[in-house]
Amino acid sequence: MQDKIFKGLLILSAIVIPVIGGGIVYSLTNDAAGAFERFGFFHFIFSDDWVTTAGKESYGALPFITGTLLTTILALLMCIPFSLPVALFTGEYFKGRKIATVLGTVTDLLAGIPSVIYGLWGFYVLRSVFIHLDLSPQGSGILTAAFVLAIMIVPYAASLSAEFVKMVPSELKEGAYAMGATRAEVIKRVVFPIAGPGIFSAYILAIGRALGETMTVTMLIGNTNQMPDTLRTTGNTMASIIANQFGEADGLKLSSLIAIGLLLFLITAIINLIGKILIRRARRV
Amino acid sequence: MLHILVCVLSGLTAIPLLAILGEVLIKGWRQLGWSFLTEATPNAYKAMMAMSAGETIPGGIANGIVGTFLMLLVAAAVAIPVGIFCGICLSEYRKNWFATIVSYLTDLLQGTPSIIIGIITYIWVVVPTKGYSAFAGSVALFIMMLPLIIRSTEETMKVLPETLKEAGLALGGSYWRVMLKVMLPSALGSIFTGILLAISRVVGETAPLMFTALGGAAISWNMAKPMSAVPLLIWEFFNDPNLQSLIWGASLFLLTFVLCLNLLAKRIAKKWKV
Repeated sequence: MQDKIFKGLLILSAIVIPVIGGGIVYSLTNDAAGAFERFGFFHFIFSDDWVTTAGKESYGALPFITGTLLTTILALLMCIPFSLPVALFTGEYFKGRKIATVLGTVTDLLAGIPSVIYGLWGFYVLRSVFIHLDLSPQGSGILTAAFVLAIMIVPYAASLSAEFVKMVPSELKEGAYAMGATRAEVIKRVVFPIAGPGIFSAYILAIGRALGETMTVTMLIGNTNQMPDTLRTTGNTMASIIANQFGEADGLKLSSLIAIGLLLFLITAIINLIGKILIRRARRV
Repeated sequence: MLHILVCVLSGLTAIPLLAILGEVLIKGWRQLGWSFLTEATPNAYKAMMAMSAGETIPGGIANGIVGTFLMLLVAAAVAIPVGIFCGICLSEYRKNWFATIVSYLTDLLQGTPSIIIGIITYIWVVVPTKGYSAFAGSVALFIMMLPLIIRSTEETMKVLPETLKEAGLALGGSYWRVMLKVMLPSALGSIFTGILLAISRVVGETAPLMFTALGGAAISWNMAKPMSAVPLLIWEFFNDPNLQSLIWGASLFLLTFVLCLNLLAKRIAKKWKV
């Protein structure tokens, strides 16, 4: 009897997750319907209008989708040259040594810093550096946001990739050494081919993380609703436009912002699902 | 050649951590004092008057500290039992189709951007109750914490030896007794670590609170009313030029709290490894 109650409780608590997940999709779709009906699903995605004047309201998601993709791709490109060495450092060169634990703690702490504080640091410190180096006219913009975003995803990508670098069987590496391979050759010919799928999935998950990052980007991207034409200009991402305008929105604008939220949710869900499937497969090998 | 490059680039990743810590510490430590931690945020007018008189801005972040702890407490009180039970369920029925779906959905929920959690809580709680409230903030934090606690419980329960359970059952213990009195206590250290990490993850979240708890200038204990939180205050200070000088003290407080939780979790994980 008590066992049945206990098992019932277990299942009941597990049902909470599908309820929340399904509820998110249902509620977002339901509230986004207004915008999609008014502008049409594809027109909404591919339109770059953002007119808030009453009576002439017209909304489109393209500038924000572009902003999200640009910041994410840039962040990924800037993250790889640092996260890959960290993964090799902790997983191969200094595996199990004290110095690897120290670096592991550093990246863990870096991952723990709240995103508002990253935003503050970017705004008050990095922005002036960017202006000084003439990388961006106002200091804030897509490039600045992507740079800080890259710092934020380095720990995530590095710790996941290190897991796969560590898993490379030492027999294989020793075999290569026995045949006279240098360490660089072992890394290139043995470690990367074997850990490759895992490292790849780690970066997919890092992309998923970068897509939805809100506060840092909102504080650094400059918040303009036009299509960004160069990387030096300001812009907005899907997350930052919601953070900026959701508070005072109503009616069609609210519905449009929720529609952008739905798109963001779907994009991150797909990326994360791909990443998780790949990483589960990589772990099984 | 390659190893020098690896070492240099790895070393460079420590720079942002040191730079951020240094910046927040240098600008913030002067503000952190008893009154900063026990007084509520001043309004913009008071702050402006103090600034023009050349004095330091009176008041502090007590409203945010109270709000953060209250909302976290309510969120954790629900998320911890539900998360642990769900985690046990996932590890017990790991071959089952339902558990597989729940497991994938947990990953999905964990990866959902925090701003989406904010929107959804706005739709689910703020709209029906016709107002921003600390309760809504708690719901948002609950949704954020839940997948983290589920994952850590599930992973821990999965590595416990099957023989432990069999031994308990063989001694005549009923299933629920074995699960709650044998399996769960053996996993407690790791689960506790998971809970600490989950708290440290959500304590700095701003986005899910912006459209739910909203914020407020007075110290409030009423869960049905809007309430502030430390990260919300930082965002508020960032947007209000009059209050900008409070920003670093608040950041130092938040950063210290989060990083201490992180280090504590690491220490516990090392000590109570399953």
